[in-house]
Amino acid sequence: MSLTEVRPAPPGEPKHAPPPRGRYWWYRFDTKAVPYLLIAPFFLLFAVFGLFPIIFNAVVSLRTWRIDEPDNRGWAGWENFSRLLTDEDFWNALGNTFGIFVLSTIPQLLIALMVANLLNRKLRATTWWRVGILLPYVTPVAASTLVFAMFFARDYGLANWFLALVGFGEEEPIDWRAAKWSSWIAIATMVNWKWIGYNALLYLSAMQSIPKDVYEAAAVDGAGPWTQLWRITVPMIQPVILFTVVLSTIGGLQLFNEPMLFDQNPASASGGSDGQFQTIAQLIYKVGWKDLNLGYAAAMSWALFLIILIVAGVNALATRRLGGDK
Amino acid sequence: MVNRAPQETRGNWKTYAALAAFMVISAFPVYWMFVIATSTDEKVMGFPPTVIPGDQLLVNLGEVFGMQDVYFTASLINSVIVAGVVTASTLFFCSLAGFAFAKLRFRYRNALMVVVILTLTVPNQLGVVALYILMARLDWNGSLLAVIAPGLVTAFGVFYMRQFIGHAIPDELIEAARIDGALTLRIYWTVVLPAIRPALAVLGLLTFVATWNDFQWPLITLGGTDFPTSMVALSDLASGNYVIYRRVLAGAFVATVPLVILLLIGGRQIVRGIMEGALK
Repeated sequence: MSLTEVRPAPPGEPKHAPPPRGRYWWYRFDTKAVPYLLIAPFFLLFAVFGLFPIIFNAVVSLRTWRIDEPDNRGWAGWENFSRLLTDEDFWNALGNTFGIFVLSTIPQLLIALMVANLLNRKLRATTWWRVGILLPYVTPVAASTLVFAMFFARDYGLANWFLALVGFGEEEPIDWRAAKWSSWIAIATMVNWKWIGYNALLYLSAMQSIPKDVYEAAAVDGAGPWTQLWRITVPMIQPVILFTVVLSTIGGLQLFNEPMLFDQNPASASGGSDGQFQTIAQLIYKVGWKDLNLGYAAAMSWALFLIILIVAGVNALATRRLGGDK
Repeated sequence: MVNRAPQETRGNWKTYAALAAFMVISAFPVYWMFVIATSTDEKVMGFPPTVIPGDQLLVNLGEVFGMQDVYFTASLINSVIVAGVVTASTLFFCSLAGFAFAKLRFRYRNALMVVVILTLTVPNQLGVVALYILMARLDWNGSLLAVIAPGLVTAFGVFYMRQFIGHAIPDELIEAARIDGALTLRIYWTVVLPAIRPALAVLGLLTFVATWNDFQWPLITLGGTDFPTSMVALSDLASGNYVIYRRVLAGAFVATVPLVILLLIGGRQIVRGIMEGALK
């Protein structure tokens, strides 16, 4: 707080000298209209390509809207939504989405916490480590998923080879795509791989702003590194944890790329021979652009949005509870 | 071990071993992509799986770029165009709006900023069906316009620029330029832009990476066309009854290299951007 700030500006004094008379119109235009011109592109573009589609999506979801029948655009009312209730594909995809979501989010955030805790020490080549853990984040999902598809191949796959080395499934290698549990694990592995480093950096930045004397006080009571992590660090960075929980909920429930490209035949969007790893986002794509039923796809995306809102809300509450907030 | 704050604790060999193990896991899929991209079919289908690069890189690349039904070169050029245009436009429009929100006075400024922040929370995927219908009306589906248009500006970019400009440029500097008679656009050009280069670098890198890697929307709007983006071309490569993995992963490797180079050049900035709370 410097002394100069204390002195208040004399009231009523104009901020700057009036401009020369000839340029007065320009000056008025510049101060009154130009600010709006500067923000206009954002609002215009967002209105057309962001907001309008979302509102229009609601309209489409209440109508019959098939790509192959351009003349058939009647109101369907709640038909598209009521159909969801008895659609086995929808419930199957919902179950898969949640299964993969749980298998990916929990390990992802826990491991990120551990990695951040390691990075939050005095290290040589600090920047090098931080940049290094971002390699998965910049790698295109389309590329890495194809690698993982090979990694989790039944024959000649590295995962099965490794499991055989430690004595599992030597006689009968795991067909990773065939069953729900195995395909979920494979897909969750891809998601975890991609996002751990990113989350670790978010945690690290929060950890570094924790004052050191908080730890010193705890050290007097004999708190070891493990106790420090769970009793001090985690509660202190709780807002960021909450943030990552909500973020990974939104991302996890919209999972699309990994299940698409893990499939033997990506174009089908069927999520395995029997839909064992078909997610909601994938089903929306299939219903809309393979079955050509955009109305129903729109209804499904609204349902997904509501589910995301509910789950993100519940997760946020649960995380607060864990952190010991009121 | 003495109990002190983690920030004060020197990393011991266990710390380095754990971090190194994590690095290996992070890097392995990219490395293995390279291994397959340089191998022969026998090596790829052999047992035990190959983990050492071969010498077939040029052969495999030649196949990817020489294919008749998937135009991989064109798709890479498309990716460069899309990511380049989207990045340039995002930087320009977001810095303009961020400057206005941070430093200019106008009516409803705060209310409009709240609108920007609210739009951050809306998932784009919700509107994907209607966006497709809109693009069909404009007759843009199947062209790069459909991929570029929705990315031209982001709420996150506006928010990020406003925060940075608010902190980085003192009000006095702008007032001084005004007294010298500079109009708003001139202030933007001569005072603001030079001062926000670090923020432009961060937002630019993040936008480029995100746009380059986008798969779902390009698949919807460009799927089935001859000239999609490289991500869609990759999924085309991996479709069909008999997939030649050394070829697919040679393509994947080529599409990954530009981003790894960006990470090597701008890693420090990307890290800083993410640690300062940047998302997506």
